[in-house]
Amino acid sequence: MTSPDGSRTKDLTLGKDDLLHLYRQMVAIRKFEERAAEQYAHGKIGGFLHLYIGEEAIAVGAIDAMEDRDHVVTHYRDHGYAIALGTDPRRLMAELFGRSTGVAGGRGGSMHFADPEHNFWGGYAIVAGHLPIATGLALASQYLEQNYVVLCFFGDGATNNGAFHESLNFASLWKLPVLFICENNQYGMGTAVEYASAVREMAKKAIAYDIPAERIDGQDVLEVREAVKKALDHCRAGNGPFFLEALTYRFRGHSMADPEAYRTKEEVEEWRREDPILRFRGKLLAEGVATEDELNAIDSEVDAQMEEAVRFADESPVPDPSTLTDYVYTEPVAVR
Amino acid sequence: MAREITYRDALREALREEMDRDERVFLMGEDIGAYEGSYVVTRGFLQEYGRKRVRDTPISELAIVGLANGAAMGGLRPVVELMTINFSLLAMDQIVNHAAKIHYMFNGQFTVPIVIRTASGWGQLGATHSQTFEAWYAHVPGLRVVMPATPKDAKGFLKSAIRSDDPVMFIEHSLIYRNRGEVPEGEYLLPLEGAEVRREGTDVTIVSWSRGYYLAMGAAEELAREGIEAEVIDMRVLRPLDTDTVVRSVQKTNRLVIVEESWRTLGMGAEIAAAVQEQAFDYLDAPIARVGSVEVPMPYAKNLERLVIPGKDEVVAAVREVLYRDLAAAR
Ligand SMILES: Cc1ncc(C[n+]2csc(CCOP(=O)(O)OP(=O)(O)O)c2C)c(N)n1
Ligand SMILES: [Mg+2]
Repeated sequence: MTSPDGSRTKDLTLGKDDLLHLYRQMVAIRKFEERAAEQYAHGKIGGFLHLYIGEEAIAVGAIDAMEDRDHVVTHYRDHGYAIALGTDPRRLMAELFGRSTGVAGGRGGSMHFADPEHNFWGGYAIVAGHLPIATGLALASQYLEQNYVVLCFFGDGATNNGAFHESLNFASLWKLPVLFICENNQYGMGTAVEYASAVREMAKKAIAYDIPAERIDGQDVLEVREAVKKALDHCRAGNGPFFLEALTYRFRGHSMADPEAYRTKEEVEEWRREDPILRFRGKLLAEGVATEDELNAIDSEVDAQMEEAVRFADESPVPDPSTLTDYVYTEPVAVR
Repeated sequence: MAREITYRDALREALREEMDRDERVFLMGEDIGAYEGSYVVTRGFLQEYGRKRVRDTPISELAIVGLANGAAMGGLRPVVELMTINFSLLAMDQIVNHAAKIHYMFNGQFTVPIVIRTASGWGQLGATHSQTFEAWYAHVPGLRVVMPATPKDAKGFLKSAIRSDDPVMFIEHSLIYRNRGEVPEGEYLLPLEGAEVRREGTDVTIVSWSRGYYLAMGAAEELAREGIEAEVIDMRVLRPLDTDTVVRSVQKTNRLVIVEESWRTLGMGAEIAAAVQEQAFDYLDAPIARVGSVEVPMPYAKNLERLVIPGKDEVVAAVREVLYRDLAAAR
């Protein structure tokens, strides 16, 4: 693997504004996650917290390729997609703090929130449980002729679950407009792919269901963007599902409670050299798209934005106890 | 003779002793090897026993239990770990339609000696990760369901579960792994049935199990300070359910409070209350009280979560209620 000078990054075919937008989005996710980790350490965030650090290029590249009508469904490592989709980081941080101003009113937390206004149809915390849901959402699109495509993100570990296989079969059988994006970060919790999957290339699993599939560099935001654009065209044209396997790595532990005994520091270091933000930054600088100063200015703006998100969350009220039984049913039903 | 160890260490000892005793015993589950278990019960086991006997699996709950069923029929003694009881739902078919049925429907020609270790618990884990399903499994004939509260029970039950020829749901609790308690030196087994009176009292009986038992004891100590002597029963095993011990206690105290962490509707408490009214109706001086969770999916926010899960205060309040001490008691 090479150093992050951007030399292996795809050619820049977008204008400067678009490129800087991608950069800003990735930095926003990184900095949001860093603040979340810090607030977890301060006890402001509880439960399980899964960070997306190292994998930012996938959410950002894929979501940039989406149309406004398309939807995202994903798992519990879910802050990054929401930020890329335009969810207010203040309301996202407030959710992690369990505050009433959170995107799910503090009810869901890090692993379970949704923001349909920004096309985010939910993070789901049962591994592979959301694949049938994404596939069903695609069924609604087909049935109602709404022509949206569902982008369904999940990990390498999820591909070993029955729900994955049943969903792929359905999607292919009924030619449903769903784009499966497998983020192969090499591990499901502490279990390396080689100990969990007979097939090391996740894309091959899609081929078994006659779904066209491709393996891409998940650390290259432009490669992700291009591949997702093509895949979405395929789905939107009524050809059924498409499958992308993005190779990536999580730089932090599985969750905040992970001592990481299952992997070596050297391996992590090697992958850190494939930092998607540094690689893209290197490319932008090397090609003269932006100066150090311009990029640093973006970093500082995002810093301030995330500082504000933490402040907002911290100052927000906790949910009103009288709302405890709201939403158990769609209309009032006595709850004991 | 006895030493104090943690609940987690008690489980480790049981697994080690049984693995050392019987080559056919092996462990299978997600992240039990390289990751050392989500609640680190199997720390060091992979190094000690190797990959043949400590098997990291894919995230395939249905197949994990299904394979265990088949392996058990083939002569092995699988001990499966399902990270949390929430994920056991993905394996429900293999547990309920297969493990619990095979011995009976084939007229006793096969046995399915599996142990499924899994954990209940909560702690800002949200709606999908905070559930308590022991009653679902206790509903099913053919399964044994144990939910030990103390390190001593954890060890003795786990060893017996591994040796049992029946499928056993062995339900731990993420919030009591660090609890310490006395455990005998040397080998011992505990029969997989029977509730236990852990504190004698005359005024009221408080029944619970697993973490709820600690709530009950806490409440009993507090009540003692105001002169109320509670008898505390740890149910320990939920199928077969020892209601006789509860009935005997109620015949003495005439009042019963049942503490469960799950939703009360169709829960263990409902079953225990039904048995008591069948067998001790005339002994009751007050309606049986059940303390349980508010019937909502678990919210993430800490303040809301606290409202859902019963605490010691709710138990104390329920006891006062059945004693008519405090007519304005909550819940
Ligand atoms: C059905 C189920 N089993 C187990 C878990 C516990 N668990 C949470 S995340 C995870 C690993 C998932 O790995 P992968 O799909 O590769 O996603 P990653 O976390 O690497 O992004 C496991 C086993 C769960 N949430 N749901
Ligand atoms: Mg993974």
